Amino acid sequence: MIDATRRTLLKGSLGAATVGVAVGAGLLSPRIVLADWPEAAFKATDQAAALNDLLGSDATETSDKVKIKAPDIAENGAVVPVTVETDVGGVKSISIIAAGNQTPLIASFDLGENAIPFVSTRIKMAKTADVVAVVQTADELLSAAKPVKVTIGGCGG
Amino acid sequence: MASNIKIRAKVSNGVTTVKSLMSHEMETGLRKDKKTGEPIPAHFIQEVTAKWKDQTVMTALWSGGVSKNPYLSFKFNGGEPGDTIEISWVDNKGESESGTAEIK
Repeated sequence: MIDATRRTLLKGSLGAATVGVAVGAGLLSPRIVLADWPEAAFKATDQAAALNDLLGSDATETSDKVKIKAPDIAENGAVVPVTVETDVGGVKSISIIAAGNQTPLIASFDLGENAIPFVSTRIKMAKTADVVAVVQTADELLSAAKPVKVTIGGCGG
Repeated sequence: MASNIKIRAKVSNGVTTVKSLMSHEMETGLRKDKKTGEPIPAHFIQEVTAKWKDQTVMTALWSGGVSKNPYLSFKFNGGEPGDTIEISWVDNKGESESGTAEIK
């Protein structure tokens, strides 16, 4: 009985070690180039964890100053046009989240001092869900959500 | 290799609007090959940097959730016709690409 447990433990730790090495080796080169790509935030499977990793907090305040332009119905979830803009001053970053995706955080835009808080891109949505925009200013996180109905999911194979 | 980033930049009333199209498969790593059932390895742009002259206007951090052949538009204050806009990206395999355009 004890032996059996020991075997399992050994196997388990060996396996974990191998995976660790593989991950380390595989990600080595991108990590050097992209020191600040927030891997944990992008791999998080829920919105709160992603925001905590990315911005240090998930305490967002809903604000009508954050405007999301996205279709009410997206026929093709693989290409959903999303535009986020706000008239709030001192915006540091804008993040876009598809609440229904396996990994909800889609993108985060860090704005330089001359940038106007406006970004427009196209995202993939796995299913009907809210598109959430989070605007980070010096002292708060403002958010808005817009439901988008997806007829054909964009993340399936 | 010629740049595969298309950039259009236009200034009006002191605000420059930049629109760009990149050519990239943006594979999430979550999809499976229909025939073999094997997962398709992730291959997507992780970071896009937009520069006006030597100033970074915007840095975009992306996941595979951005659509294939990504479209990106942003705006900034300043910019004059003839100024150079440079957009460059790096993907999760360490590949990179950059392109420039003049503001019109």
